[in-house]
Amino acid sequence: MIKNILNLGDAALYCDFGSDVNQEINSNVIKYFYHIKKLNLKGITNLTPSYNKLIISYDLNIHSFLSLKKKIENIEIKESNKLEKNLIKIPVCCDNNFALDIKRVENKLKLKSEIILEKFFSKNYFCYMTGFVAGMPFLGDLNQEMRLKRLETPRVKVPKGSVGITEQFCNIYTFETPGGWNILGNTPQNIFDSSNQSNPNLVNPGDTIKFYRITLDQYNEIKR
Amino acid sequence: MKSKDRNYFKILRAGINTTYQDLGRNNLYHIGIPFSGAMDKRNFQLLNSLLQNDYNSPVIEFAYQGPHLKYFGKDIFFCISGNVSFKIITKKGVIDGNSYQCYLLKNGDEVDIHSTNKSVYGYFSINGTFSVDYYWGSCSINTQAQIGPNNGNKFSKDLEIEIIDINNSFNKRKLDYLGSTIENIRVIKGTNYDYFSESSQNKFFKESFKITKLSDRMGMRLEGPKIENIVDPNIKSEGLVKGVIQITSAGDPIIMLSDHGTIGGYPKIATIISADYDRLVQLTPGSNIKFKYVSLEDAETLYKLYQMETNNLISQIK
Repeated sequence: MIKNILNLGDAALYCDFGSDVNQEINSNVIKYFYHIKKLNLKGITNLTPSYNKLIISYDLNIHSFLSLKKKIENIEIKESNKLEKNLIKIPVCCDNNFALDIKRVENKLKLKSEIILEKFFSKNYFCYMTGFVAGMPFLGDLNQEMRLKRLETPRVKVPKGSVGITEQFCNIYTFETPGGWNILGNTPQNIFDSSNQSNPNLVNPGDTIKFYRITLDQYNEIKR
Repeated sequence: MKSKDRNYFKILRAGINTTYQDLGRNNLYHIGIPFSGAMDKRNFQLLNSLLQNDYNSPVIEFAYQGPHLKYFGKDIFFCISGNVSFKIITKKGVIDGNSYQCYLLKNGDEVDIHSTNKSVYGYFSINGTFSVDYYWGSCSINTQAQIGPNNGNKFSKDLEIEIIDINNSFNKRKLDYLGSTIENIRVIKGTNYDYFSESSQNKFFKESFKITKLSDRMGMRLEGPKIENIVDPNIKSEGLVKGVIQITSAGDPIIMLSDHGTIGGYPKIATIISADYDRLVQLTPGSNIKFKYVSLEDAETLYKLYQMETNNLISQIK
């Protein structure tokens, strides 16, 4: 299932699963990720799954590129291996104070805001990967008519909890960070919890997300 | 704990970016948490060796201007690594300290770390252990994700640094070391090297780039000839590692450092070799760097040589 293994610098393998972004390729990446993680190989210092790549960082004192590449190439994963999938429901408030880019999205998609939100909430989303900042989930896929580009000029600060869309994806900002996604609302739910060291992420790769809409009062109630 | 039994430093001035660091935390990229850890691992290792501490003991890392600390407690030794100017203020007077040398501190003495010289990071520790909380096996503070002791924040004025353990069988040692610099930073070609025009590829290796002020523990932004992308200014977001050089849509290089975002969508032109990372991070804004190409095999050998050099330095500690 890995098409090719290159090096990313001198201390990481770059495993290429293809160039498309779809759930089939991504599921293969995630299967490899969980499988290698479970093997607990000495000298592996990080595994980073993404849409269609898996980066394997290693300790140069223990492995060299060629020896580790051989080890990874020899791993066999049964196609039938089932991924563990959780369904996670996440409340989102789309009050005007939170839906920072709803006007822009209306203009770009030529749809009324109520239609946009109805379409957004009517689908379940698949978690392709988490990262960039701690716990941020990259979810997909949005319907064709919901797809638009990032903001031309990214925001310097996107508020924590913001739920945004761009192209076929949506995500949740787990920290206040710079960012360029089109923000439709905000969740009061904590998506990343550093005090829960065994399972800090609410959403993990392979999970399914169902967003549901809440009022400002409900938002404040959960926040409290 | 009764206050007379306490051994601690009080921070009179925090410095610009002062944090606890150790070797960092592994195997968390997949949830978005980078390695962190001491930026300059050689100076981290040298410091713990000089102080006869465990190899992964917590140290205090500072950048540019360091902290001013006042000590309260029983006699203790401290040491600083890196190219650092500092003063030791005791009842007998004020003396200039030297890096890689251990000094005695008595109750009420102060250490004022003015600045790093022609470098960015310096390290401070004691013949003992700071009282720190561990997050995923590491006490490194990642201020971006607010992970680590002190609620994941950098040190601030009036903070008290508790010491839980002092090594009483300690004997004072030192190392004659002037630091290590290199002319060129060596790189391996990146996975998107062919996204860039031939003339830009040539410029990347022939011309020099200036380190801008937009540099911190997360990344280092460079300024120089624009690198022209002839394929696509974005790739599908994928994993990053420290040392990766991405080219932004504006054509400028940005190097991922220890607290970097774990995934990114800019094409990668090259990656700094592991052997040169410690020296890269010590380069100050305003300095110019040139990149030199090496093969993967050479990079692996150069890393072994660099480690041997570090071990050799450790064996010279007397």
